[in-house]
Amino acid sequence: MLTAQFLYGAAGLMLFVLGLWSFLVHEPLLRKIIALNITGAGVFHVFIAIAYRGDTAPPDPVPHALVLTGIVVAVSATALALMLGARLQDAEEEDQSR
Amino acid sequence: MTDPLVLCIALPLLGAMLVTALPRWAVTLGIVAALSTASAAVALTATVWQHGTLHLMLGGWDAELAIALRADGIATALVLMANLVGLGISVYATGYFHDRIRVRSFWPLWLLLWAALNGLFLAGDLFNLYVMLELLGIAAAALGALTGNRDAVAANLRYLLVGLLGSISYLLGVALLYTAYGTLDLGLLAQGVAASPELYGVNAAAMTLMVAGLALKAALFPLHFWLPPAHANAPAPVSAALSALVVKAAFYLILRLWLDLFWPITDMAVAMLPAMLGAVAVIWGSWRALRAERLKLLAAYSTVAQIGYLFLFLPLLAATPPGPARDDLLAALLLMALTHGFAKAGFFLAAGLVQTNAGHDRIDDLGGTAQRLPATTFAIALSGSALIGLPPSGSFIGKWLLMQGAIATGQWWWVIVVTAGTLLASAYIFRVLSRAFGLEPTPLKFVTDARAEVPALTLALVSVALLGLASGPLWTLLGLGDAGGGA
Repeated sequence: MLTAQFLYGAAGLMLFVLGLWSFLVHEPLLRKIIALNITGAGVFHVFIAIAYRGDTAPPDPVPHALVLTGIVVAVSATALALMLGARLQDAEEEDQSR
Repeated sequence: MTDPLVLCIALPLLGAMLVTALPRWAVTLGIVAALSTASAAVALTATVWQHGTLHLMLGGWDAELAIALRADGIATALVLMANLVGLGISVYATGYFHDRIRVRSFWPLWLLLWAALNGLFLAGDLFNLYVMLELLGIAAAALGALTGNRDAVAANLRYLLVGLLGSISYLLGVALLYTAYGTLDLGLLAQGVAASPELYGVNAAAMTLMVAGLALKAALFPLHFWLPPAHANAPAPVSAALSALVVKAAFYLILRLWLDLFWPITDMAVAMLPAMLGAVAVIWGSWRALRAERLKLLAAYSTVAQIGYLFLFLPLLAATPPGPARDDLLAALLLMALTHGFAKAGFFLAAGLVQTNAGHDRIDDLGGTAQRLPATTFAIALSGSALIGLPPSGSFIGKWLLMQGAIATGQWWWVIVVTAGTLLASAYIFRVLSRAFGLEPTPLKFVTDARAEVPALTLALVSVALLGLASGPLWTLLGLGDAGGGA
């Protein structure tokens, strides 16, 4: 099952690179936020892949705990970014209507 | 749970919860939390002073599971600086915010930022460092956008996104290290990295990802683009915290990784890249500060330059063999960081006062205001002289030892960078001060505002007098033996 672990880890790294590329290239805020989340998901994939310790042994709990914490952080950060983005959009609409 | 290590993190966190729950008492509770946190930091310093490095495993778990806290000389010196500056900022903030919504949003976020800052300095494992880094980034971006105007929101949204990218890059580095060594504890990892030179590829990849991510947060040139607008548009007490403390925290983490974890692979050649970028930051940041039209923008660009100086120490540390000369360099690096912390906080607090009084902060039109606010102008002059590195400020000794180290290791070109940066710094500081000596009519009334001016003046005075004239104890705190030069 080592290939499954490898595939999972490699997919994680690919997600990281894709997210990074999208973050750097695309201008709209929403795309940047989604790109950041994809980058984060890539890192979480890598963590899940390294938790695997063979078919008989239970998976390593430490990376799982890290991913859970990481998800909480990512959700809060995304919420704040969306809130600031909405505030910015309001300000721009106000400017236009003036 | 009365360990000062725990209190330094728990007290501001508790304070943040209390001010959220009882918003009517926000200012009183906030000031109490600030005072008690600063006292805990002083107690921590006293304990480290007497007993040396402290370690603590929360909950009694072993190193693989526990949340590890530790305080050595470097961490303690920075905690003490951050908490004293934090106290100054808190006192200033009691008089700065007037409308109720701002007051009620400022205190919870500020105390949360403070808890994250102390947590970051004291954390002993890579994952807690990640959590604290994210907490710090989120609280800082929210605080920076507090004024609610469009420029501030746009700048801090960018700051938030850039910061997130930096932490994700750092986290991938953590994942690589965990794959290779199966632990997150800094001490165990350091042994692992030193014992496995065959894992060079993994170590180098992890180091690149982590240091690059953190350099983005520490605003190392050319990754500094987000800093000037974010710091210049935040409310004054927040600008002070962002410039003096938050950027410093990211640099602290780079230093930790560089010296403790990756020292087997961070030789001269590797250290050259960050130092070259630091050198460009010194020149470019100082030049932009000189050309800045607004006082707060000037201060923000000056931060870019001052962070650059800190990176110049890396190749010198790599080229100097362990011994008194290297100890002096390390202490000088810390002295520069501490002096900048106090001086920049004082500068931003004073600049905030100028802005409130004049209604703007365009340097060319500040003449009358500078004369109306003698104490504030004096605070700007004091912290400015520490930013330049005039004796007797702490950064004078820091720069002196930096140049001494550069010549001793044959890297004379850094001396040119430091000299040019210092000259540019004198120019931009005197450009501000010269406004106070214009031909405007003598003001009929001088404005004094003790609650805002005392913190600014005190912080500026510490950076000039205390850190310069009495920097000897820093060597003792770092456990390095007696001061070899300068002081």
